[in-house]
Amino acid sequence: MSTTTPDVSDERFLRASPPLRRLLSRPELGSIVGAIAVFCCFALAADGFLRASSLGTVLYASSTIGIMAVPVALLMIGGEFDLSAGVLVTSSALLSSMFSYQMTANVWVGVGVSLLVTLAVGAFNGIMLARTRLPSFIITLGTFLMLTGINLGFTKLVSGTVSTRTIADMEGFDSARALFASTLTVGGVPVKITVVWWLALVALGSWILLRTRAGNWILAVGGNERAARAVGVPVARTRTGLYMGVALGAWICGQHLLFSYDVVQSGEGVGNELVYIIAAVIGGCLITGGHGSAVGSAVGALLFGMTSKGIVFAEWNPDWFKFFLGGMLLLATLLNTWVRRRAEAVK
Amino acid sequence: MARFWTWVGVAVAGALSLSLAGCSSTGGKRAEDARAAAAAQGRAAVDTPRWTFAMITHAGDGDTFWDIVQNGAEQAAVKDNVRFLYSHDDEAQQQAQLVDAAIDKKVDGIIVTLAKPDAMRAVLARAREAGIPVVTVNSGSAESREFGALAHIGQDETIAGEAVGEELDERGRKKALCVLHEQGNVGHEQRCDGVAKTFDGTLVRLHVNGTSMPDVQSAIEARLQSDPDVDAVVTLGAPYADTAVKAREGAGSDAEIDTFDLNAKVAAGLKDGSLGFAVDQQPYLQGYEAVDLLWLYRYNADVLGGGRPVLTGPQIITGADAAALEAYTKRGTR
Repeated sequence: MSTTTPDVSDERFLRASPPLRRLLSRPELGSIVGAIAVFCCFALAADGFLRASSLGTVLYASSTIGIMAVPVALLMIGGEFDLSAGVLVTSSALLSSMFSYQMTANVWVGVGVSLLVTLAVGAFNGIMLARTRLPSFIITLGTFLMLTGINLGFTKLVSGTVSTRTIADMEGFDSARALFASTLTVGGVPVKITVVWWLALVALGSWILLRTRAGNWILAVGGNERAARAVGVPVARTRTGLYMGVALGAWICGQHLLFSYDVVQSGEGVGNELVYIIAAVIGGCLITGGHGSAVGSAVGALLFGMTSKGIVFAEWNPDWFKFFLGGMLLLATLLNTWVRRRAEAVK
Repeated sequence: MARFWTWVGVAVAGALSLSLAGCSSTGGKRAEDARAAAAAQGRAAVDTPRWTFAMITHAGDGDTFWDIVQNGAEQAAVKDNVRFLYSHDDEAQQQAQLVDAAIDKKVDGIIVTLAKPDAMRAVLARAREAGIPVVTVNSGSAESREFGALAHIGQDETIAGEAVGEELDERGRKKALCVLHEQGNVGHEQRCDGVAKTFDGTLVRLHVNGTSMPDVQSAIEARLQSDPDVDAVVTLGAPYADTAVKAREGAGSDAEIDTFDLNAKVAAGLKDGSLGFAVDQQPYLQGYEAVDLLWLYRYNADVLGGGRPVLTGPQIITGADAAALEAYTKRGTR
């Protein structure tokens, strides 16, 4: 835990410093440099990477990670982990689909029920954390395993197979699909609606972090919990809110999964929680909390999307993707640390 | 730091000197190179334009079965003067995005597996709009035509399961274990359902964690110890057959081990009698035919199968056939 300096990423704190130093102390600087480098690399190496439809594919791939990376980044700034984020997406989609189907209800009813239950899971994580004082790593690991089991077991119990029944012919499906899984065309680029959700969440996350009291609480809780408690920050409430934020992201992603494919595979989502954490860390979040930004998580997600799809466009062997990813993670984190130390040294 | 590099130097030197000192006169890389040299020399047999075909599968990382499919596809690509691109992801959403990427690249043909058909519906419609011919392989025989694919090459999992059930009956087995190594895989469920359909004895399903071999072994072992009536174990993937043999030894059971799919170990096991039989779906053929069918369509507008799936299996393989196949499994084509 770094408990020494006040957080330098707070806008108001930096208003007095010269513009260059202000730029240097932004948590997302390292990842932006990396993203530009990776973009240029693929623009040169990959034939067709700069086509409108290709950029649409890259943006879509990034958005499905980015929607989750924003709340996960905020949670990490608050000093906690959520290992259940990946399967919670699948749970949310499964619940929505099965509730609508089994109750023969309008699809929107399932979507609403799914939102409530998903938020309840987020709240459960937060409350357990406050009550038990166990590390969040352990608590969310437990939630992760339980959800994985529920996803498979419950789906098989209800539908008799490992995937849900189709709900494409039910009332409300088309309007829900328009909201969660449609494609818009912006200036010749086919943009999936998830990109809009993603940008909206980044804006919301940034606003909360930089312009509201809750944002100060998040930074304070992640930076130094005891000091935050001493000055009257509601630690438990802040963290529960953060976990519910992650649940909200999982619900949006889950509904997108459901309405783009209308059938959900119950075994999926395992392992994605690490992808969200990687995106947040590449974007400048400290693993110990107290430092990071929503914009950074978006850049991290973009880096992830560019690399995973760029390798395909460049026709490289996809077996090496994870190797590149690991290297990128280390480089980005080293760069972030170096930039932050320099920024703190000149203060 | 300097000390660190010294140690690295020592380690590299040690590894080199050990490998020079201890040569093996059998197997290893040298034998493999000799086999590769003896196999067909890769040269295009046609002078059609250099088309690009992309194959996108639902395989996870490091799956031997898909290596064989890829070998077949690459061999056909060399013959047909085709540029062959391969990518894979076991998450439906990611696989769909990879198909998207192939369409963006404006490839001349797409080969795709439909393990999660609903996730592929939209992207295959996009491929149709872009005028890219699609062939489906391995899984999705029911949806292939509906999604506008030219043809489907693969094995019907239920039929394959039924063949196993019949073979077990012929061998006079009474109680069999169906080992599912991937929770949530619809194709695997169909295989066990097929076995249950034709098998006159009792079929017990055992779910194991396929990503951890020790786990698989201990689970089968525990089952064999607690249930001495089990006289046959059916594994759903070649790598698990060998693990089941080890589990049988550990449990001191005399159950017969049978498996879906082939690899070098399974061929050797069939030959020495530690395995009963294997049911093969010829993955090499799936890859090879898929590329070749796209080529035929591009070259001559030919379509195979008359709108019905073209089956590559099931083929029951016993110890009698194994000797002939052993060389092929070693070079990674069966």
